[in-house]
Amino acid sequence: MKNQTQPTLFQGFKGILIRDILLTYKRPGDLLNPIFFFVMVSTLFPLALDPSPEKLAGIASGVIWVAALLSSLLPINSLFLNDLEDGSLDQLLLSPQPLPLLMLGKTLAHWLVSGFPLTLICPVIAITYNLEINTISIMVLTLIMGTMSLSLLSSVASAITIGLKRNNILVSLLILPLAMPILIFGSQTVSLAQTNNPTAAGLYFLMAYLIITLSFAPFATASAVKIGNE
Amino acid sequence: MWKFIHKLSSPPYFFDFAKRIIPWLLIIGILQLIIGVISGLFFAPADYQQGDAFRIIYVHVPAAYLSIMIYTIMAAASFVGLIWRIKLAHTVSISAAPVGAWLTFLALLTGSIWGRPMWGTWWEWGDPRLTSELIMFFLYIGFIALHSSVDDLKKADKAGAILILVGAINVPIIHFSVEWWSSLHQGPTLFRADGPSIDPSMLYPLVLMILGFCFYFCALILIRIRGEILYRQQNTNWVRNLIERENYE
Repeated sequence: MKNQTQPTLFQGFKGILIRDILLTYKRPGDLLNPIFFFVMVSTLFPLALDPSPEKLAGIASGVIWVAALLSSLLPINSLFLNDLEDGSLDQLLLSPQPLPLLMLGKTLAHWLVSGFPLTLICPVIAITYNLEINTISIMVLTLIMGTMSLSLLSSVASAITIGLKRNNILVSLLILPLAMPILIFGSQTVSLAQTNNPTAAGLYFLMAYLIITLSFAPFATASAVKIGNE
Repeated sequence: MWKFIHKLSSPPYFFDFAKRIIPWLLIIGILQLIIGVISGLFFAPADYQQGDAFRIIYVHVPAAYLSIMIYTIMAAASFVGLIWRIKLAHTVSISAAPVGAWLTFLALLTGSIWGRPMWGTWWEWGDPRLTSELIMFFLYIGFIALHSSVDDLKKADKAGAILILVGAINVPIIHFSVEWWSSLHQGPTLFRADGPSIDPSMLYPLVLMILGFCFYFCALILIRIRGEILYRQQNTNWVRNLIERENYE
C-alpha cells in the first residue's frame, strides 16, 4: 500500500460528477419527470387562455420561464436525500478532497440532468408559442445561465434542510425569493428580444448572478452539509 | 474596547447590560417619535404636487430603511455566529426576524396606500423596489419558517445563519435597484453624493422619525433578546439564581 497516492482534486471532482450522472441514468424517472412536468405546464396555458398566436407570443417568455423554474424545483429533494440515507454523504464528509469542490461536482451533475435538458426541450415549446428563431436563441441563453444559478441555489437550500422531514414545501419557500431576480431578468430579456430591443444588459446581469452564486454557493452548501451531519 | 465586546458576548452580562440601556433607548426613541410625528404631520409644509399625501413618508421611509437595516444586522450577526461560534449572535437573528418582517410589511402597506392616489394603483408590478421589498418579506418569512421547523436549536441557528447570509446578496440588489432600472419609484433623495434633494422643513421630521424608529426598535429587539436568552439558558445556574432572587424580593 506504499505507492498508493491520493487522487488529485480534479479526479475527485470528476469522480463525483460521473457517479451522480450514472445514478440518475439508472433511475431515468428522476430525469424525465421534471421534463414532462415542464412540457405539460407549458401546454396548460394555451388550453386555459385564448390560443391566438399574438397572445401566445405575448405570454410565452413568462410562461416558459415560470414553468422552467417550477420544474427545476421538483428534483431538489433527491439531491442529498439518497446520499444521506445510504451513508455516502458521511463518506464525502470524511474524504480528503475539499468538501466545497465535491459539492460543486454534485451541483454540476444535478444541473446536467435537470437544468440542461430543460434548455434542450425549451426551443420545441417556444416554437409552438410562435416565437421567432433569434428570440428562441436568446431564451436558450437565459435559461442556461438561469438554471445554472438555480441549481447552485437549490444545492444550498436542500443542504440547509437536510434531514428534515416534510421539507418539500420548505425548500421551495427558501429558494423562490432568491430565484426571483433570475426570473425577472430571464423573462424580461426574452421579452426585450421579442421586440427587437438590445438584450445585453439582461444577459450581463444573469451572468453576474451566476458568477456570484458560483463563488459562494459551494461553500455555503458544504458548511450546511457539515451542520446537518453534526 | 475589545474587553467590553468580549464581555458582551456572555449571556448574563448582556442580559444585565440590555436591562440598563433599554429604558434610555425607549425614552429617546419615543421622544423623537413624538416630536417627529407632530412636526411632520402639522408643521412641515404640504408638497406642491402631492399635497398632504406625501406625509406618509414619515412612516414609510423609516420602516423601509429599518427593514433593510435589520436584515443587515441579522446578516452581520449570522456571520459572527458562524465564524466565531458566539451563540448570543444567533439569538440576535431570531429575535430581530419577526420585527424585521413586520416592518417590511409596514413599508409595503404604507407604500401601497401612498401609491393609490399618486400612481393611481395599489400595486405596481413593474417597479423593482416594490418587488425587491416583497422579496425581502419572503426572505424573512423563509428564515422564520426554517428556524421553527428545525427541532434542534443549535442546528436551527446555524442553518438559519447560512440562509440569511445567502439571502444577504439580495440586500445590495434592493439598494441599487433604484439606479439599475428606470422606474416609477422616485430615485434616492436622502443619501446622495450632492446632498439631500428634499427641503429642510420636510427633511428634519423625516430624520427624527428615522432615528426614533431606530432607537425604539433597537429597544424592542433588545427586550426580545432578553426573553430569548432566558428561554435558552433556563437550565443554567445564573438564571435559577435570578429567578430565586426575584421571587425573594
